[in-house]
Amino acid sequence: MTIFLPCLGVCKSLLQVLSRSTFSLLNQRSGLTSRLEVIMMLDFSGLESSAPLYGGSNELLSDGFSAAPSFDLPVTSDFDDFQKNSIQMVKPAKGTTTLAFIFKEGVMVAADSRASMGGYISSQSVKKIIEINPYMLGTMAGGAADCQFWHRNLGIKCRLHELANKRRISVTGASKLLANILYSYRGMGLSVGTMIAGWDEKGPGLYYVDSEGGRLKGTKFSVGSGSPYAYGVLDSGYKYDMTIDEAAELARRAIYHATFRDGASGGVASVYHVGPTGWTKLSVDDVGELHYSYYPVEPTIVEQEMTEAVVA
Amino acid sequence: MTKEHANWSPYDNNGGTCVAIAGADYCVIAADTRMSTGYSILTRDYSKICKLADKSFMASSGFQADVKALQKVLSSRHLIYQHQHNKQMSCPAMAQLLSNTLYYKRFFPYYAFNVLGGLDSEGKGCVFTYDAVGSYERVGYSAQGSGATLITPFLDNQLKSPSPLLLPAKDAVTPLSEAEAVDLVKTCFASATERDIYTGDSVEIIILNANGVRHESEQLRKD
Repeated sequence: MTIFLPCLGVCKSLLQVLSRSTFSLLNQRSGLTSRLEVIMMLDFSGLESSAPLYGGSNELLSDGFSAAPSFDLPVTSDFDDFQKNSIQMVKPAKGTTTLAFIFKEGVMVAADSRASMGGYISSQSVKKIIEINPYMLGTMAGGAADCQFWHRNLGIKCRLHELANKRRISVTGASKLLANILYSYRGMGLSVGTMIAGWDEKGPGLYYVDSEGGRLKGTKFSVGSGSPYAYGVLDSGYKYDMTIDEAAELARRAIYHATFRDGASGGVASVYHVGPTGWTKLSVDDVGELHYSYYPVEPTIVEQEMTEAVVA
Repeated sequence: MTKEHANWSPYDNNGGTCVAIAGADYCVIAADTRMSTGYSILTRDYSKICKLADKSFMASSGFQADVKALQKVLSSRHLIYQHQHNKQMSCPAMAQLLSNTLYYKRFFPYYAFNVLGGLDSEGKGCVFTYDAVGSYERVGYSAQGSGATLITPFLDNQLKSPSPLLLPAKDAVTPLSEAEAVDLVKTCFASATERDIYTGDSVEIIILNANGVRHESEQLRKD
């Protein structure tokens, strides 16, 4: 309703301009005294505020638009940032860094652990690597509730598949199940940017699935606001023939660098490995401590040492 | 063409703050008792804490009508569980039930910021913290509501527990004693009342331990 008022306000002043000009025309033709003309030319536009009042008496609106209360209220729909916050509360923040890559020994999966709501860090200990079943992992980016719920749902569907078909579901199948669910909710505001990593009969498998309905098979992915930084480290250090330790260190380093430069990523860097016998949690390191282990502070030579003053 | 915004919102914010701290063999759940709307106080005497099961208490701030509806749904689900299984629901089970209940209304959420506190099956304190649509995690302590941004940094300083993600898994519960934890909670609310207009009047504290449930109440500034 509020948008009509400014438009009408503009129209009203336009009408006045038009009426002024037509009247002046009429004046000339009918030869009325110029005094009337002067009165009609008085500019009242300064007295009218363009800010519309709730239920304010404006005769242009009395034709059924305004059923609003009859006293003046400030025209804000958002009194104490409440509506902005209530949108923010469901707003998904893809503030995160997750990555996964396939190498000779399987799949390496790593993620940070920070959750942010706008500029506030709501948690530094979020589990972003979700254990779907003992041989498949999912990563979380986007809406925390969306990712948690749908990964748990995927775990249930995978178990039902196992019971119905007497064999484990493939990574291809699991990622397809999730992608189809997310596609059916397309456009409704879910925010999920996940990677499904696992080891099935065909060997290591890695898929990227998102809430737009996209599903990509690949060998290296990083998702989230810190992903550009992670890709930089990952691309420069990646080799297919790495040992598990080398690959873990690469993943850990990539997450660390992303948390260093991206404000929305931080907390602890978790690294998991998916091998032929299932997944194992390799390490969890606080990124603050990682910084000092990668870049230790050199003790500087003290030129003048301060000592306690002798109190007489 | 500017986007038209609704004049009416189904939600309102009744303010308030909730805190919970988990200990080795106890759990403290607290919430202030002020209910407001805009700049007005509706009542100074409103309880935001609800007993869901013998060992699970939920404190919620936000829109109290949604909170009331949520409490009713969870209480009735717990009753059904008791009839079907002939026992009380454990706190971790209640935590997942709350998460699912919140997510089922993903596209028209309960405007409720919840903290679930209780004792797990080993008798250790557990606190679960939620967002409005159901994402949850087990933590050692948590604050939610309008005063949360004031209280959480203080609790981080006093109680910083090792991340529950660490390998090998370390306990997230605080080493503080029960009396110290209750004192800490009272301090938190006293400070939050100073700087948050929606927090004040009095704080209702529930202490859960092996012996049962204890209630405490402390007056706060009413301005």
